[in-house]
Amino acid sequence: MSIRIRYFASLREKMGRVEEHIAPEGIATVSDIWKAVNQGRPLPDNLLCAVNMEYAEATTAVSDGDEVAFFPPVTGG
Amino acid sequence: MRVELRADPFDPYAELARFEAEQPGQAGKHGATSIFVGTMRDVNEGETVRTLWLEHYPGMTERELSRIADEASRQWPITQALVLHRIGAIQLDETIVLVATWAVHRAAALEATRYLIEELKQRAPFWKKETLDQRARWVEHNTPG
Repeated sequence: MSIRIRYFASLREKMGRVEEHIAPEGIATVSDIWKAVNQGRPLPDNLLCAVNMEYAEATTAVSDGDEVAFFPPVTGG
Repeated sequence: MRVELRADPFDPYAELARFEAEQPGQAGKHGATSIFVGTMRDVNEGETVRTLWLEHYPGMTERELSRIADEASRQWPITQALVLHRIGAIQLDETIVLVATWAVHRAAALEATRYLIEELKQRAPFWKKETLDQRARWVEHNTPG
C-alpha cells in the first residue's frame, strides 16, 4: 500500500506532476507528507490541504491508503 | 437539491425553467425564487482576459458543493436549491455558475442564495486560470463580494 498525493492548479505546475505515491513508513501527519516530498521544508501557510477529499490541517493524521491533496486558495464561482 | 458540474456552456435561465418543470409537486409551494448568475467577464485586475480555464478536484468539488447546499437547507427553510458550475474552457460572456434557491418567503431564498455563492467561492475546490493577450496566469484570490 501507499499514500497517494495529489496536486492542483498552480501548485501542480510548480511541482511538475499531478500526483505521486509514497510509502507510509515514518508518516503520521499531513505535514510529514509535505516534508517527505519537499526536502524537509515546512508546509507553506498559503497552501490548503485535504485528506480523503475533506479539508484538513497540517496536523491531521494520515494513514496507509489515504489520498492527500495540496492546493492553492480556491477561486471558483 | 441538485448540484452539477458542466463541461459545456449552459443557459442559466433555460436551466431554471427546466428545473422548475421537473418539480411538479412544488407548484404553488414557494413564493420566492432567488438566483445568482456568475458570468465570464473580459477584465480582471486591470488586464484584458481572453479565455478562462477552470480546474477542479473531481469528487471533492461535488462533495463540498453538496455539503454547502445541505448547510443552507438546514439554516433556512428553502424548498429547493440548484447549483450548476462550469469546468474546463470558458469563453467570454458564458455562465460560470448558477445558484438558485426557492422558499415560501423571500428572506430565506435571498439569504440562502447569498450563503451558497459565498461559501462556494471560499470552499469549493475550483481554480481559475486566465489567458491574457501575451500570457496565462492563475487567479490567486477571489475579489471581495
